[in-house]
Amino acid sequence: MADIAFLLLIFFLAATTMDSDTGLMRQLPAIPDPNVPQDVNKINDRNILEVKVNKDNLLLVEGQLTEFNQLREIAHDFILNATDEPNMPEKEVVNIPFFGNVAITKAVISLQNDIGTKYGVYIAVQNELIAARTELRDNLSRQEFGIPYEKLDEERKGAIDDFFKVPISEAEPKRIGGDQ
Amino acid sequence: MAKFVKTGKKSVKALNTSSLPDIVFMILFFFMAVTTMRETEVMVTVRIPDATEGKVLEKKSLASFIYIGEPLEAFQALYGSEPKIQLNDTFKEIADIQDFIAQEREQLNEADKTKMLVVLKIDRDTKMDQYKAVLTDGFCFSR
Repeated sequence: MADIAFLLLIFFLAATTMDSDTGLMRQLPAIPDPNVPQDVNKINDRNILEVKVNKDNLLLVEGQLTEFNQLREIAHDFILNATDEPNMPEKEVVNIPFFGNVAITKAVISLQNDIGTKYGVYIAVQNELIAARTELRDNLSRQEFGIPYEKLDEERKGAIDDFFKVPISEAEPKRIGGDQ
Repeated sequence: MAKFVKTGKKSVKALNTSSLPDIVFMILFFFMAVTTMRETEVMVTVRIPDATEGKVLEKKSLASFIYIGEPLEAFQALYGSEPKIQLNDTFKEIADIQDFIAQEREQLNEADKTKMLVVLKIDRDTKMDQYKAVLTDGFCFSR
């Protein structure tokens, strides 16, 4: 009996992981210095994917009411712009290590919430957007290096990150949807 | 001089202890299964939103935790049922976050100060205005 108990004990010791926290990493931008004039780079309208969430947790993408499960695909297609549509993001030829001169997308995702939006919905939207970007990076990595993005070394990861930069810009939540 | 007389018939039988280790093991397992490790007691309900793209928090020692959510039922009589901010073991206001972060930062050694993380655990039903307030008012000095 004691032997069996020991076996069990060792099994549990080996099998247990302490529940680890996972989260979406964010680095807040630096506070702008009021003395230094802001670098106002007007981003071309076609490069911005406008995502808005209102107080009733409804999703508006580029002015269209959209279901949550479509967001990832829309973001994916928007960033990729495979057919070079004129109303989709521009591309710019840049030299990137491992890739040479390639046309990379200038896409930016702009996210705006209402102050009445639920935090869970906010995270769900963020998650979908990040997932779309991650998927593109992963596909590129498999295509170019033959291994998943997660297994790349830092240099190659950096190159892929440069290829699909796609900043997700968060505007300050506003009261868009009227009273709470 | 008194004599100890052995009355063989009345002697108590030796207790059979061969199953004692098993019982001890049982107790050990019970406590292993029941115990959860936790540094601070969370006093608010936090149902963390689901996300698939999360990254694992590797160095817990660098992280400070901020919880936002409705107080647990036991505390609702005292603090009401509106979402509250919990820092360490007490309910605090948004204005206290700056001090809290500065304090937590002081406790880290020099090399780790730039790598400090603040983990926000916010209930999924909390409204964005709370989150916005934490970001804009709570963090405005420390970036």
